[in-house]
Amino acid sequence: MRGQGIWLRGISGLGMAFLYLPIIVLVVFSFNASRLSATWQGFSWHWYGVLWHDEALLAAAVNSLWVAVLSTSLVVLLGVPAAMGLERLRGRGRQALDTIFLLPLVLPEVMMGVALLLFFVMIQWPLSLATVVVGHAAFNLPVVIVMVRARLQKLDPRLEEAAHDLGASAWQTFYRVTWPLVRPAVLGAALLAFTISLDDFIVTFFVAGPGATTLPLKVYSMIKSGLSPEINALSSVLVLSSMGLVGLSLAFQRR
Amino acid sequence: MNPWSSSTEAAAGLCSRFREWRLLGPGLLWTTVFCLLPMVVVLAVSLATRGTYGGVLWEFSLENYRDLLHPLYGRIFGQSLLLAGMTTGICLALGFPLAYYIARLPPRRQALWLIFIMIPFWTNFLVRTYAWIFILRTEGLLNTVLMQLHLISTPLDLLYSNQAVLLGLVYGYLPFMVLPLYAAIERIDPALIEAAWDLYADRWSLFRRVLIPLTKPGIVAGCVLVFIPSLGAYLTPDLLGGARSMMVGNLIQHEYLVARDWPLGSALSIVLMFIVMSSLLWYFHAQSPQTRERGEQ
Repeated sequence: MRGQGIWLRGISGLGMAFLYLPIIVLVVFSFNASRLSATWQGFSWHWYGVLWHDEALLAAAVNSLWVAVLSTSLVVLLGVPAAMGLERLRGRGRQALDTIFLLPLVLPEVMMGVALLLFFVMIQWPLSLATVVVGHAAFNLPVVIVMVRARLQKLDPRLEEAAHDLGASAWQTFYRVTWPLVRPAVLGAALLAFTISLDDFIVTFFVAGPGATTLPLKVYSMIKSGLSPEINALSSVLVLSSMGLVGLSLAFQRR
Repeated sequence: MNPWSSSTEAAAGLCSRFREWRLLGPGLLWTTVFCLLPMVVVLAVSLATRGTYGGVLWEFSLENYRDLLHPLYGRIFGQSLLLAGMTTGICLALGFPLAYYIARLPPRRQALWLIFIMIPFWTNFLVRTYAWIFILRTEGLLNTVLMQLHLISTPLDLLYSNQAVLLGLVYGYLPFMVLPLYAAIERIDPALIEAAWDLYADRWSLFRRVLIPLTKPGIVAGCVLVFIPSLGAYLTPDLLGGARSMMVGNLIQHEYLVARDWPLGSALSIVLMFIVMSSLLWYFHAQSPQTRERGEQ
């Protein structure tokens, strides 16, 4: 467009390079044979082998997966009905409830972390993996609600009305009509909640009890206690797994 | 007319209302107990007194808020606001051309670029911050490359500074700026831009008098979406910052977990939340239909 093409293309290319170079560099150097320096000393799978034999790391990975599975199941069970209820609600109540449900999305994460920590201490619920599950389910609930509602809004209300007119009960209508239509959105939302839970550091950092180490907590302590190429390898695994999960989630939402 | 019909209808209405609440109830209860209630606890604790050995004494006082007036806290708050504001400004300066470029691409390539903008955003934040440590530290990639090229003889001190924090924040939140800007620019009728060219607008006046007014809601949305998480950042200053680059998030963490002064930490959280809520209110004001109409006139 009138000579500004080159300028615009240049700055856009730079922006993209800025976003991707650090990640690419990280992945490339996870295959570096050298232990200490950032100079390339040849290709090696060594650090992935080290990861695979790190017992503490595997235990943290198992913890992370448990937390993600449990908190995701919880937010789907709570969030899908809540989204349907919000969609049916009319009048003033709806806006107020919207605000309440969306609150965790806008709170700074540190704030969410300390608020939950304080709350668990006050009600004397000992910090453990269970408090991590609860924390993740607290900030992931709006994610599911927002995504499922987006799909519900696009549904033709006549479909449910038709089911009612043909004598279907509320449960039958849900099971035979609504659920098949929203299922892709629910799966997409669940995968996203799963990814966010798997990646969360801050809230976990505040509400995890002793011994309840998740993968991000482990990465953090590895970074704090000195760098090794093992962190690069672990980071690459995390990057690729979240990209895969998000890709899957996008594919479900497209359907 | 059946005299029962109106009351049956009312009963049916009540029934359906009841059903909505039955659907909403569990989720609402969850959010109330694990989000609203903890916030109320924070507010209550911020108005209480610190016990001698940490913990909370339930004696009402505004002491914690008065303590926040101490210059040290003022400095950290000021620094956080400055870093968050600069992050927002740089993201806007970088994000606007990027969003404009994407919005003018053919539709299929637009979708591809947008996915590429979103991918880093869904990549583990901790890992992305670590990538910068790997690049910037004394024995890091950048210093190694520069030394091998003989451009420098001793490694530069790049990490553990405010500049590194700024870089990390811009890197982390740039996608938050690009996406709403793209949505706003994409909606502009290209004929308006053509018209501006035809009327001999130069690039600057096109930008200032056509693009900015038309994309204002997107600009505000992007700025709020970048400003809020930057202001409350914890990981970036913790990992990339030096001893003097503490931000509010780190201060809150310090008061809770290190100094064990929960009332003061809570007061800090409440002030942080107050700033966040004010910027959100500004956002909603800018997005409201009346404001938009005025902007388009």
